[in-house]
Amino acid sequence: MRRQLEGSQAVAQAVALCRPEVISAYPISPQTHIVEALSDLVRTGDLAPCEYLMVESEFAALSAAIGASATGARTYTATASQGLLYMVEAVYNASGLGLPIVMTVANRAIGAPINIWNDHSDAMSQRDCGWIQLYARSNQEALDLHIQAFKIAEELSLPVMVCMDGFVLTHAVEAVDLPNQQEVDAFLPPFEPRQVLDPDDPVTIGAMVGPEAFTEVKYLMHVKQMQALDLVPEIAGEFSQAFGRSSGGLLHAYRSVDAETIVVALGSVLGTIEEVVDELRAEGVKIGAVGLTCFRPYPLDEVRQALGAARKVIVLEKAFAVGVGGIVGQNVRLALSRDASVYDVVAGLGGRPITKRSLHALFADVLEGRLEPNRLTFLDLNRDLVERELQRISDTRRSGPHAENILRDVGAVAAGPH
Amino acid sequence: MFQVRIHGRGGQGVVTAAELLSVAAFLEGREAQAFPTFGSERTGAPVTAFCRIDDKAIRVREPITEPDAVIVQDPTLVHQVAVFDGLGGDGYLLVNTTRTFSELGLGTYVEGLRPERCVTVPATDIARECLGRPLPNAALLGAFAALTHEVSLDFVATAIRHRFSGRIADQNLAAAVRAHSFVLTRESEATVA
Repeated sequence: MRRQLEGSQAVAQAVALCRPEVISAYPISPQTHIVEALSDLVRTGDLAPCEYLMVESEFAALSAAIGASATGARTYTATASQGLLYMVEAVYNASGLGLPIVMTVANRAIGAPINIWNDHSDAMSQRDCGWIQLYARSNQEALDLHIQAFKIAEELSLPVMVCMDGFVLTHAVEAVDLPNQQEVDAFLPPFEPRQVLDPDDPVTIGAMVGPEAFTEVKYLMHVKQMQALDLVPEIAGEFSQAFGRSSGGLLHAYRSVDAETIVVALGSVLGTIEEVVDELRAEGVKIGAVGLTCFRPYPLDEVRQALGAARKVIVLEKAFAVGVGGIVGQNVRLALSRDASVYDVVAGLGGRPITKRSLHALFADVLEGRLEPNRLTFLDLNRDLVERELQRISDTRRSGPHAENILRDVGAVAAGPH
Repeated sequence: MFQVRIHGRGGQGVVTAAELLSVAAFLEGREAQAFPTFGSERTGAPVTAFCRIDDKAIRVREPITEPDAVIVQDPTLVHQVAVFDGLGGDGYLLVNTTRTFSELGLGTYVEGLRPERCVTVPATDIARECLGRPLPNAALLGAFAALTHEVSLDFVATAIRHRFSGRIADQNLAAAVRAHSFVLTRESEATVA
């Protein structure tokens, strides 16, 4: 049924339809309305049987999820930003142990400086942790990806992180098609674990493995991740058959077939990018977009195919590797021949809006050759502010902290000396 | 696409107003997207929320910088926050106040807008009378429907009934209807004059 819902509420409803048996979460910021809504559904008995564990930290949230999943319970949790960082040790254990936990990451920046707004720094910091990473373009896709995520996770016995842009999606109210319980039950069978702690058939999970076998166990992690490259599109196909709409899969190509310039991005910014692509197409510019839905495992062959014969590839990303440059950009290069030019553009950090106006200007710079390839570009960077601070650093040894200096320059209220 | 920006203060229900407007448009069979500006939520601090209404799927996600309509829930904001930024000469302006535009010091500003598209509504007073509490949301949405015809009063009413129940819903509905008539009456008076 189509309903006008806040993104977090829509995802909470979708997760509930997946009949999780254990949900563990730490309730304070950074957290989402998702687990708040789920705790309500458990309290009222609308989601039953389900045990809701309110724990003392994100580390505990995922540790509890690991325990629950190992006993064969379908398990869910959600986090964001510093919360994800705080649970990192458990994040690696969940994937290393091969436990099919589904976790929403409502993408937000990580500090310092303190910032509660959206970007992809949190999820990107965990891109190599062994979880499958899916990125949603809209609230509809976020909802759909959660239903698919449980199926992918349980089939492969691997955890899945569903990434949706914090605030931009989680707090946006828009129409979503929410399936009913029978439809979800038909798509997602009860959890049949590949490994389980069962008193009647005891095993240990989590053995210490020395140099004699560690490489082999890790190799198998990689093999399993790579199997997802077949399973993710397969399950997206099943989903589209069952629910009559296309969601998920490895990537989403938009007007890219004959495109000479292609914009690659992840998440909700793709909507704005598609608008700009349409406007430029109307002017005769051969431009398209490719949205990476599945970033881990990385669908190298599919990206190569989707980028086709494009001569210029703009990679727009909401995070970057300090001291190197683009993260997604480096992955995209693996799929390109040497004669294609790649433009790494960092945008939308810490909640800065990515506007159509800025994208038009950026794409024009690329199309008209004003931007050099292989150089890191920061969209809408206020160069004056940066220059002023660099000047201060060179003038004075004790020039003070950057964040406070720059806030004073922009005249932010809270930044005055108190 | 019709784009609405709502300005108010934390605690006045700015975000709820945008959401209710989007629900009304959705129930009317249109596409709608509502979202707040995101900040540390503090009671009394300026808050902005947005609503887009269209007949096709809405893909763009940036904040609204060139609104077709601006709703100001709290008239003390008009000289503090850039509430009119990007509002074109054909834009709609709805301000919650018992005063006139010239009494608010906005006489010169509204001269640049079309007179039939600017209105002040005593939404807080209407809310006090109908709800017993100074919560101007429902009244402003009723007034918005009358001013812009982007949503109908019927669907504003349905959205209110979706959100609230029982007496609270009735009272909010009464406030919406009152403010709706207030704007329509004012329009017909203007036509006669």
